[in-house]
Amino acid sequence: MVKKVSKIEVPSWDYSPSLESTSHIVLKEKYDLYIDGRWVKPHSGKYFATVNPADEQKLADIAYGNALDVDKAVKAARKAYNEVWSKMPGSERAKYIYRIARLMQERAREFAVIETLDSGKTIRESRDIDVPLACNHFFYYAGWADKLEYAFPNRKIQSLGVAGQIIPWNFPLLMAAWKIAPALATGNTIVLKPAETTSLTALLLAEIIDQSGLPPGVVNIVTGYGDTGAAIVNHADVDKIAFTGSTGVGKLIQKALAGTSKKVTLELGGKSANIIFDDAPIDQAVEGIVNGIFFNQGHVCCAGSRLFVQENIAERVVEKLKQRMETLYLGNPLDKNTDIGAINSKEQLVTILKYIKIGQKEGAEMYQPVCNIPAKGYYCPPTLFINVAQSSLIAQEEIFGPVLTIQTFRTVDEVIQKANNTPFGLAAGVWTDKGSRIFNLTTKLRAGVIWANTYNKFDPTSPFGGYKESGFGREGGLHGLSAYLK
Amino acid sequence: MTRLEILKTYKLFIGGQFPRTESGRYYTLKNIKGSTIANICLSSRKDVRNAVQAARKAFGGWSERTAFNRGQILYRIAEMLEGRRDQFIAELQLQGIVKSKAEKEVEIAIDRIVYYAGWCDKYNQVLSSVNPVSSSHFNFSVNEPTGVVGVFAPQNTSLIGLVSLVIPVISGGNSCVILASEVLPLCAITFAEVLHSSDLPGGVVNILTGKNKELADTFSSHMDINAIVYGGDDSTSLKMIKENATSNVKRVVVQQKDWMKPDSQDLYMISDTQELKTTWHPIENIGGSSSSY
Repeated sequence: MVKKVSKIEVPSWDYSPSLESTSHIVLKEKYDLYIDGRWVKPHSGKYFATVNPADEQKLADIAYGNALDVDKAVKAARKAYNEVWSKMPGSERAKYIYRIARLMQERAREFAVIETLDSGKTIRESRDIDVPLACNHFFYYAGWADKLEYAFPNRKIQSLGVAGQIIPWNFPLLMAAWKIAPALATGNTIVLKPAETTSLTALLLAEIIDQSGLPPGVVNIVTGYGDTGAAIVNHADVDKIAFTGSTGVGKLIQKALAGTSKKVTLELGGKSANIIFDDAPIDQAVEGIVNGIFFNQGHVCCAGSRLFVQENIAERVVEKLKQRMETLYLGNPLDKNTDIGAINSKEQLVTILKYIKIGQKEGAEMYQPVCNIPAKGYYCPPTLFINVAQSSLIAQEEIFGPVLTIQTFRTVDEVIQKANNTPFGLAAGVWTDKGSRIFNLTTKLRAGVIWANTYNKFDPTSPFGGYKESGFGREGGLHGLSAYLK
Repeated sequence: MTRLEILKTYKLFIGGQFPRTESGRYYTLKNIKGSTIANICLSSRKDVRNAVQAARKAFGGWSERTAFNRGQILYRIAEMLEGRRDQFIAELQLQGIVKSKAEKEVEIAIDRIVYYAGWCDKYNQVLSSVNPVSSSHFNFSVNEPTGVVGVFAPQNTSLIGLVSLVIPVISGGNSCVILASEVLPLCAITFAEVLHSSDLPGGVVNILTGKNKELADTFSSHMDINAIVYGGDDSTSLKMIKENATSNVKRVVVQQKDWMKPDSQDLYMISDTQELKTTWHPIENIGGSSSSY
């Protein structure tokens, strides 16, 4: 099914390999749970392997926490909350968080390499985006800790207590930072569970937290699978659940919490529209499309996975997009030239390939550039589907991979309707040169983050989160504080 | 010869009209002495669906009204309620509430509407932000209404509970479907008459009467309701509502306060049914960026 792009001579883009060295990182053979300021063995004695998705080599063994371990962690967090953290002045809490930010910055390169090894994302991304953003997130929220009374006028603010946090595998360190930093700034203590395929950077963060001298029990990291997460959700002494992940699991969590008074925020899936008008700067827009869907192999909840191009420029945009895709480098994530790294896990690769099959069956026209797919590891070439129907499954369901569906439109009204015709509402992109049109669209698109003439930008000061089935609550910015306050 | 009084038929309020329940069912409201006050519509699941449809239809137009205009219309609601002050006091008394308390309840309700009318063009100023991102982008966050909101009015009041929950919802540009108090339903329908004469577009507020137990399931599992504001006190029902809410990730807001108290109103009751939208746009950064103009 792979088609070569027609007529255009593709120049050679071969670069010499430029591998990031792994010599300065040391991985332990075995990682335990971080509870109450100590590394403890899991109650069950069980460990599971974490592998490098780029070459399927095992990196380390990770402790498999169960309900007993979670209970231990929650008790430690409760004790730390009651005895230390809730009593500490905000200005002192701030200094711990600043210290964590600084220690992270010092070890940024180590974080970036380990993140790339464990998750399959490119070193360029983990080095330039994930790790700096994570550090900055701590730095940003540190400053809030002693200024909370300015955030919500005329409201008596109060911390919640113990926060249970469950994070996904697509931005392992960054999601840990998004969860931990605001919770600490607002005076809560934490039990966090990383995703089972990507525990390593959260555990390195635990090392840093330990090194920072943060009082024992304030942050606890319990690694494991879905049942470990369920034990956190169902623990009676947890006051708040913050979850980032799929809409399916999010709904299960919302249901499990129905009979309780636990506060909950959910950051769930998306199927975000990226809309290109005929007056948009086409070359920039094409870069935006590529960044929107192929950034982080498409493992992005806000990925611009539904492309809407105005009919009169559709042919040109698709042609340019194909040309651009020809130049994308797929391969070893540690190579600094690589644009598209490895799919996070075998399981996820199977899911993506399933959707690609569905797309072909549904009759859409598929395009994939020729890629040198490494013999080992999990990889998926960047994929386009053209002439996709609104009713098509690949235009409706979140694929969480480098798969883009393309539809066309004629009028503004039509594209607003098509873009909003989804149960999700996380993000959207709009490309046009006309300011008034941008504001018309940005107010009518039912989504929490709108990128106009840009895409997939993130910042600690910028609130992030969705409408409708993309969840509720915001992370980042002033508004991100309210998720952790009464 | 004494004149025979005309009794009011209490109907539903859907899409700006006053239909009877499509089911043709009713329940009888009695006073303490056991004599009949009125037959009240026993709404069906189909009535809920019709009301949600009307609310969805009205949502776009209402949410796009200017904030100033919404404030004007809310203020008009207060004017209309003031004009019918005596009628509401009498109706509260009819439902067994003593006169002094009834007077107070109506007065607080009127003042509360004025309070939220004033917020319409202010809450977004207080709750929004411009976010100083580290790249060359202009980035700001504003509030937008969640959509169609299902409101379970408190059981223990006829007017003030309903007003306290509904007014912040519509002041923020949402439309809603209300299930009135089952035991004290009269003022809900009379309040619909107030709304009807207040320039509030039909369908922005829809009011049903009936049994919580029968309708809570339909309300909470309806895929086109975006949020539930629950003012009741039945924890079993609330649990079911929260479980059903997962079908489309509804936001469930529980509001249990003494609505007669002055501090039971605030800005955050508006933000409870708002979504935050963040917009990014690049800032051109060519030339002059380091010059001091």
